[in-house]
Amino acid sequence: MQYMLLIYTNPATDLAPGTPEFMEMLARYGKAGETYETDGVFKAGAALQAPATATTVKVRHGKVQTMDGPFAETKEMLAGYYLLDCPDLDAAIKYAAMIPGAETGSVEVRPVVDFSKFR
Amino acid sequence: MLETAAAINTLMRDDGGRLLAALIAELRDFQLAEDCLQEAWASAVSHWQRGLPGSPQGWLLQVARRRAIDHIRRGKNFREKQRELSILMEHDQAASAEDADDNVIPDERLRLIFTCCHPALDETTRIALTLRSLGGMTTPEIARAFLVTEDAMAQRLVRAKHKISVAGIRYEVPEADALPGRLNSVLDVIYLIFNEGYASRAEPYMRPEFCNEAIRLARLLMHLMPGESTIEGLLALMLLHQARAPARLKDDALVPLDEQDRALWSKPLIEEGLVHVKSALSRGLPDAYQIQAAISALHCEAANFAATDWAQIAALYGELTRHKNNPVIEINRIAALSYVHGPELALEMLRGLEDDFKAYQPFHALKADLLRRLRDPAAAQAYEAALAMTKNQAELKLLEKRWAALRS
Repeated sequence: MQYMLLIYTNPATDLAPGTPEFMEMLARYGKAGETYETDGVFKAGAALQAPATATTVKVRHGKVQTMDGPFAETKEMLAGYYLLDCPDLDAAIKYAAMIPGAETGSVEVRPVVDFSKFR
Repeated sequence: MLETAAAINTLMRDDGGRLLAALIAELRDFQLAEDCLQEAWASAVSHWQRGLPGSPQGWLLQVARRRAIDHIRRGKNFREKQRELSILMEHDQAASAEDADDNVIPDERLRLIFTCCHPALDETTRIALTLRSLGGMTTPEIARAFLVTEDAMAQRLVRAKHKISVAGIRYEVPEADALPGRLNSVLDVIYLIFNEGYASRAEPYMRPEFCNEAIRLARLLMHLMPGESTIEGLLALMLLHQARAPARLKDDALVPLDEQDRALWSKPLIEEGLVHVKSALSRGLPDAYQIQAAISALHCEAANFAATDWAQIAALYGELTRHKNNPVIEINRIAALSYVHGPELALEMLRGLEDDFKAYQPFHALKADLLRRLRDPAAAQAYEAALAMTKNQAELKLLEKRWAALRS
């Protein structure tokens, strides 16, 4: 079954791009991604631009409302995701623990709804 | 009629977990298995009035299975349940042919324990689910222990079973690489159940039914996974604690070790506990549970308080800090050392920890005790600090007694 691995980190303490620490983290993301590919579980994945670049969209009474920034008022923000196809939750947790973001922030593991069951 | 009801109660307690575990294995659906088994029990109440069937367990499983077949056929996701349905019908026919012999019910309880104690579930949920599924405790009993309403506890259990099915928590004993961690999660749940009975968060302070349940679960686990020293260590630890339980309370106040009437300690439990400590440690893989059991064993073996091997106990607490990170361990080590080198030195050691440990109640309780033994007038103030941090009624009464005795 498919699991969404949502990576949350604190933008205030995120590593600055270009620093050796940042490059090391990038290499570790690369390694995690390679493991997902080799194990045949990788479906999709992406890193997101900083929350300050986000626009929140709402439609109320047919009118489009836009708001600068993300909706959440929390310290940890969505920074990226992986979509993996795993045999069970234990496997998904194992892969989530390989994500560098799990060490500074947290990774939420959510099973994806299988709509074929509703047909 | 009463006999039938009594027989059903005994069956529920002794075989309920086994039947549920077997049914989940066939149905792959925790909630459905529980509902169908519930219906089978209800059916037994009316059908067994004129006597029990040859194999009550086989009868119950058969009825539950047929209920499940009905439920699945009537359900809207009938089509994707074909696999389960054919397995059920196969089992149903096989059981009829064998005249429902209970010996063919496979023991799937290990899978059920690992599922109930899965680390992706909240700690309270793990405890409640384990007690409900394997312990034969009712939802109201569990709700009372956790100081929540029956509805809230029932909701929590339903949510947990939903998560197990939707989030892909497998109904399996974990594979070798994940086993040690997952086994620890199971043992932690069992020990939390024990502590719920040994030092309850609710009144009364001690609830023997929880301690007995934890010991029963540890015995079951040892039977299902023989040769695991960590399980045997936990069983020993609980037996040796439970052995001393009869001497722990007097007039609702906690009785400290030096004032306990050792004649009240249970000799059979101590003997059994000692056998398991030795057997576990002989495998050469000490861990936190085995070391704590060894400490408890030294207390149990001492003829009186003065004869306690405190140097050995202090050394074991030192060893324990290498396995477990908890400030109380260091405080207990210092307490043990106070009987080897005297209270002054212990107080000196305690002072060194003041900044890090002053938020912990045991720090103040030990400090008060050491000052009392030194007949230092500062003891009163230390007792007041400890009392202010004590929530537990039984311990509160002990500290109040000692504080009051300072004036006489």
